[in-house]
Amino acid sequence: MQLPDAEILLKSLAKKIRSEGGKDFVLVGIHTGGVWLAERLHQELGITRPLGTLDVSFYRDDFDKIGLHSQVKPSEIPFEVEGAHIILVDDVLHTGRTIRAAINELFDYGRPASISLATLVDRGGRELPIAAQFTGIALELPVDKMLELKREENGKLSLNLYDKRLPE
Amino acid sequence: MINRNPQLDENGVLQHLLTTEGLPASILLHILDTAESFVGVTERDVKKIPLLRGKSIFNLFFEPSTRTRTTFEIAAKRLSADVINLNIAVSAQSKGETLLDTVNNLSAMNADMFIVRHAQSGAAHLIAKHVRSDIHVINAGDGSHAHPTQALLDMFTIRRYKRDFHNLRVAIVGDILHSRVARSQIHALTTLGVPEVRVIAPKTLLPRMVERLGVHVYHDMAKGLKDVDVVMMLRLQNERMKGANLPSPEEFFKYYGLTSEKLALARRDAIVMHPGPMNRGVEIDSAVADGKQSVILPQVTFGIAVRMAVMSILAGNQV
Repeated sequence: MQLPDAEILLKSLAKKIRSEGGKDFVLVGIHTGGVWLAERLHQELGITRPLGTLDVSFYRDDFDKIGLHSQVKPSEIPFEVEGAHIILVDDVLHTGRTIRAAINELFDYGRPASISLATLVDRGGRELPIAAQFTGIALELPVDKMLELKREENGKLSLNLYDKRLPE
Repeated sequence: MINRNPQLDENGVLQHLLTTEGLPASILLHILDTAESFVGVTERDVKKIPLLRGKSIFNLFFEPSTRTRTTFEIAAKRLSADVINLNIAVSAQSKGETLLDTVNNLSAMNADMFIVRHAQSGAAHLIAKHVRSDIHVINAGDGSHAHPTQALLDMFTIRRYKRDFHNLRVAIVGDILHSRVARSQIHALTTLGVPEVRVIAPKTLLPRMVERLGVHVYHDMAKGLKDVDVVMMLRLQNERMKGANLPSPEEFFKYYGLTSEKLALARRDAIVMHPGPMNRGVEIDSAVADGKQSVILPQVTFGIAVRMAVMSILAGNQV
């Protein structure tokens, strides 16, 4: 199937955040695709406050099933979370479990004034009551497919669809 | 494969941490990389993550230890596990219960992990072979055999200050003979690709055929410390000493104690490490222990992150 161009989605997502995101917010990207996206949005929107990054591996709900992810990256929140308006950024919104983990992690840094969510693709399939305030596009995708953001060497973003490998 | 490493399952996945000997560099580096992420957690206001919520971790200390037990306890609590400290030196064993009976009883209480300190080499191996396959064992020091988490936190500290292992000269100084720390350090350093590992000690405090571990042996501090990047001091283990090995602590300090004068022979940016507890004025001079090149207190801080990494990797590696 023909996937939309991630670069175009990025532009439209940036536009939505610019018009409805208010003034005083900070971006927090979720590793790995969400961080790439957040870096680009950070640039695109000309935000001066530093960008935060989260690796939610320590907060996931499937640790007992699949163990620790093989490459956990440090979370870095270089600003005061207490009282901040935070826009969480992730590449693909699916079950909502990653976002649940990210919200829990953010609260261990402090009590934000608000958290909203920006995602490039909302592919449905929610298992938790979570919704994105800023969406690049909504796509219906078969459940056995994985959608992932890729970054080329020149920094260009693209979407990638592949078969989900089920564990033996 | 008949002589499989007892720490790994048939797929090479880490199930227990008993020794650094025979572990591939990929596993050591995975632990160090994971620990990097935990350093961030330990610097936050809320120093706790929910990863091991509901897990029961038993600290089985058959030999007294304050620091190691405490750092394991803090690490487990920061992972939200329930920690039960058993000071067995003064409980069941004094009533005559055997080691494996103690372990059976605690397993029946639904333990998920045992952290074992024992005066006998091989105690943690024995427990690891004996327990159900879903229980993980961490060796927190067995006799003069191994102390893998100490060695890993030392590797973490070295990497933090020196970045790369492949161009380093490292000297381990002092009572190598009785030191489980030294053995675990040597295996970890050579596996991670440190090209030159030196041991500096009097003949009486060196194990026989120590060269077979791939180290260079020095009996003279001045020669051994020349141009090294890392100086790893060891504690003089008075309690394991039977007199004949050592004339007196003062004599030892004179020849093998680390003073500013001796440290000046190492590279100018050399770091000084010590696993603690320190005997000031015996193996290390206060001016060095508290000096600019000392990373002894960072070692303690990193030790918590490294133990968090080991525990969460093991707990996640279910069969």
